[in-house]
Amino acid sequence: MSHAFNTLDQVTAVPPKDDSRIRRITTEINRHHKRPDALIEVLHVVQDLYGYIPLNLMTFVSREMKVPPSRVYGVATFYHFFSLRPKGEHNCIICMGTACFVKGARNVLEKIETDFQVQPGETTQDGKLGLQTARCFGCCGMAPVVVLDTDILAKVTPENIVGTLQEKIGNNK
Amino acid sequence: MSTKYSVTIDGKTVEAGPKQTILDVCKTAGVDIMTLCYLEGVSNVGACRLCLVEVEGTQKLLPACTTTVAPNQKIQTNTDKLKQYRKMTLELFFSERNHICSVCVANNNCQLQNLAREAGVDHIRFPYIFPEAHTDASHKEFMMDHNRCILCTRCVRVCDEVEGAHTWDVMGRGYQSRIISDFDQPWGDSSTCTSCGKCVEVCPVGALWPKDAMLGHLKKSPEMVTELVHKRKHRS
Repeated sequence: MSHAFNTLDQVTAVPPKDDSRIRRITTEINRHHKRPDALIEVLHVVQDLYGYIPLNLMTFVSREMKVPPSRVYGVATFYHFFSLRPKGEHNCIICMGTACFVKGARNVLEKIETDFQVQPGETTQDGKLGLQTARCFGCCGMAPVVVLDTDILAKVTPENIVGTLQEKIGNNK
Repeated sequence: MSTKYSVTIDGKTVEAGPKQTILDVCKTAGVDIMTLCYLEGVSNVGACRLCLVEVEGTQKLLPACTTTVAPNQKIQTNTDKLKQYRKMTLELFFSERNHICSVCVANNNCQLQNLAREAGVDHIRFPYIFPEAHTDASHKEFMMDHNRCILCTRCVRVCDEVEGAHTWDVMGRGYQSRIISDFDQPWGDSSTCTSCGKCVEVCPVGALWPKDAMLGHLKKSPEMVTELVHKRKHRS
């Protein structure tokens, strides 16, 4: 079976020197006195700054903190919070909780999947739209609920969601 | 320091020290316990669940390798319940990945195979998962086949604790866990691996093997690592 290993190029790509985010990461590492048990905190900062954890920054963190590469990668893949792929410019989260599900969230999800060619947990090829699912936002009266970036969309239908999404993505052009 | 107390193993009273594990005490008492992820010389993680024992006063089955003994503990190591669980655990090992003994390099020299034979596993009651697992032939001397890996983490522990390289670790979680080298890179690309081969020696199955080994002719010696640890202790 073929397996998409990470390549040496991906891992060893040197981050640009003038990137101020690198300084932020170094500050965080030093704040914890380079203690290896602060790995999760440091990864949090990386994800905050980049939206995901780039491989070459894992190399940077591993070297700076003297934590073995495989340990860094193991931790980053164990926790669902950490993402190894860039998130979309816009993020669409569909509630699949009981109320939303009963009210047809599955149809909404399937419509987005086919129209935008994207699976939950992934981002469209052009990087514009990230699709995610969640279990209940706590506003079941508005079912089915979709959260688009910071907006909460109520009583969504497969018909009106596509237009709303296209408008959102288009606005950014 | 010399506080010793007595525990009962399968009805036999034996002497035990305060920091000893149930497994250690059983060994000195000559009681055989089935183990797989356990390797003398490296830390214990209780990953395989084959050394589970019954301790009077607790409902849970406890792994003998990571549980320390307590005074007057009454331990059962070979009840019908335990035998049944052991068999089940072994069957689950076989159903999780793609274990096909007839084409495995470790055939007849495999700890999983031996234990299954010992426990009387003659068929697998659980549906096979048939996961997509890959092989890695990028290292110049060794091979890694994830189809046969049981995630005992012996390789991870040996690499970290004995060799000190920490090339291996585990990524992901649950049934999607995989052993990785560095940042899930091909083993041959690893910048940390010293090619010492200790992981290959301690792997209890056919997941790691030297490229020059012929089918069914693989010989491994995990004791080598145990001995190495003892020798190093004597030096310091």
